[in-house]
Amino acid sequence: MPRIRLEGLVKRYGAVQVLHGIDLEMDENEFTVFVGPSGCGKSTTLRMIAGLESVSEGEIYIDEKPVSHLEPKARDLAMVFQDYALYPHMNVARNMSFALRLQRRPKAEIEQKIAAVAETLGLTPFLERKPAELSGGQRQRVAMGRALTRDSSTFLFDEPLSNLDAKLRGQMRAELALMSQRVKKNMIYVTHDQIEAMTLADRIVVMNGGYIQQQGTPEQLFKNPVNKFVAGFLGMPPMNFLDGELTHRDGTMFVSGNGFDVRLTQARSQSLQHVASKEVVLGIRPSDLSHDEKAPEDRSLSLGIVVSEYVGAQTVLLCDCGGQKIEVELKSETPVRAQGNMRFSINPEGIHLFDRQSEIAL
Amino acid sequence: MSIATRANRLTPYIFMAPAVVVLVFALLYPIGYMIYASFLDWSPSQRIGEAEFIGFRNYINLAGDAAFRESFWVTIKFAAIVVTLEMVIGVGLALLLDRNIKGMSVLRTIFILPMMIAPIVVGLMWRYMYHPTVGIFNRTLKGMGFEEGIPWLSDGTWAFAAVVIADVWQWTPFIFILSLAAMQSLPRSALEAADIDGATEMQKIWMIKLPLMMPVLIVTLLLRLIDAFKVLEVILVLTNGGPGLSTEILALRIFRTAQEFQELGEAAAMSNVLLILLMVLTIGMFIYNKLQEARAAAMRAKANATGS
Ligand SMILES: Nc1ncnc2c1ncn2[C@@H]1O[C@H](COP(=O)(O)OP(=O)(O)O)[C@@H](O)[C@H]1O
Ligand SMILES: [Mg+2]
Repeated sequence: MPRIRLEGLVKRYGAVQVLHGIDLEMDENEFTVFVGPSGCGKSTTLRMIAGLESVSEGEIYIDEKPVSHLEPKARDLAMVFQDYALYPHMNVARNMSFALRLQRRPKAEIEQKIAAVAETLGLTPFLERKPAELSGGQRQRVAMGRALTRDSSTFLFDEPLSNLDAKLRGQMRAELALMSQRVKKNMIYVTHDQIEAMTLADRIVVMNGGYIQQQGTPEQLFKNPVNKFVAGFLGMPPMNFLDGELTHRDGTMFVSGNGFDVRLTQARSQSLQHVASKEVVLGIRPSDLSHDEKAPEDRSLSLGIVVSEYVGAQTVLLCDCGGQKIEVELKSETPVRAQGNMRFSINPEGIHLFDRQSEIAL
Repeated sequence: MSIATRANRLTPYIFMAPAVVVLVFALLYPIGYMIYASFLDWSPSQRIGEAEFIGFRNYINLAGDAAFRESFWVTIKFAAIVVTLEMVIGVGLALLLDRNIKGMSVLRTIFILPMMIAPIVVGLMWRYMYHPTVGIFNRTLKGMGFEEGIPWLSDGTWAFAAVVIADVWQWTPFIFILSLAAMQSLPRSALEAADIDGATEMQKIWMIKLPLMMPVLIVTLLLRLIDAFKVLEVILVLTNGGPGLSTEILALRIFRTAQEFQELGEAAAMSNVLLILLMVLTIGMFIYNKLQEARAAAMRAKANATGS
């Protein structure tokens, strides 16, 4: 429910600075996902919001009230930990009711609440069991249940699905998406898995090396990444990057390199008029290439097939483009040659250009 | 069965044999000797073969011996009081000092020093401190205006308190380090979850930390209890059991029965009574461990059976 704002958040461990000024605003009832490679500072940010780590610099505001000096319990949040952090000596019911019992809520109310949450999570048969008597998936649900039984306005999740096997993870991901639609609360969710980020988030915050790289809706980030890191991090299979140069010919711009020479659209050429650097990286998602032997040469790539991987409805081709690796994602019906070259037309919307030095999108 | 497999089966026993031989001679022989001796009327001037066999008479005598009963009671009282105090203080200190402040590791090292001092030395040290006129306690009291001082070692009740204090001083560190180790292996994230769930420090101690440390604490308690039943040196040096029988614990009584009264058979019988008492405790501990293991195994089986 509340609006959470981070302002210039800095975290230092001794002399090592791991977060370098995080600025972020999270709207009411928003599902925010922090995503980034391992060690980029996602957990640290989340734990600072929770109050489990001290703030070195900057401030956290919950509904415009500074909270960085408050104890975790004064911040009105619930958290699901990566290792679930269940109380090993309490059974499931007591684990879930711990916070309510501390608040001295009436017994009848506690029981009714536990019963309701256990029912929605399918935990009713296990209420008497200790955590050690549960499987990984059940423990994960108990951790969720413990957070749900509280009426906190904000939920924090630190990689809650990363210890589950692939099938269970997919299942829990769907359940989470459903839950986030039902309960109108703030959710802040940390993951290193871009699929979780894309499927769950209202707002994705991509982090790397202690900096926020970009934030926005999944679609914004997917379509308009601000730099090469974000472009390469989101999307599976990842975006292809080819080193090339910008050249001006025949009244329009071309991006050309080893094995390709692609004409840019008029609009694109206009906006690139004033770019100083000629050294660029051409980024194309595997799904923005489609097989078309008759495509004009300046709108397509001719690629040497190296390997084809059949993954069900899709086939991923690993190809060679003038010595650089490039992947193409095709519908499996498309006939694929075992060897030799194939021509693929490029979706003009799918051409991303980055400065080779700064890696910023052009 | 081929000769080769039979030889293979025997191999472990061959390797074990030396250890078994040592064990039998070093451990069982003296115990057997002691049990046998407890049925004898035996004085140190006799060889064991010359002693008269008197059956259970030593044990019957013990049951009727008021001094023995008194010292049995003193031992139980002593063990119960020191172990209770040591547990409370040791665990309490561990709870207080379980944090990462600078200099804490030095402090922890200082805390465990008393445990490293030889008991005889501890006895001597405390005897000087308890000295009625020049001891530090009475001089301090005098400095504060209490001319009388406390009859530390000459009054029965004070003497008992004095040996309790010395023992608590020496053995609290043992419980302290074990509970500190137990505390540091507690699951950090469960404690963080308790923070988020709104538990105060006190609630965390009572509802999370202590229950989770309980298995270690119970084993520690039993180890300490077994040890407390066997104390000798410190009390020997401090009070030699007196005044009267006020501090005469069993070990001391046994020592004196053999040394002063020259009743080896009766001393052996007393030792056996103490041994039985300790056996009960040890077996209790063993059963507790077995129960824990069985429960853990049952839990794992249950979790595996239900799948995801
Ligand atoms: N207690 C700590 N002391 C020192 N460095 C730490 C500590 N906790 C985390 N770090 C460092 O901070 C960085 C960010 O960690 P973290 O937030 O856990 O990353 P992640 O994005 O994988 O969750 C990492 O480089 C990590 O090594
Ligand atoms: Mg993390």
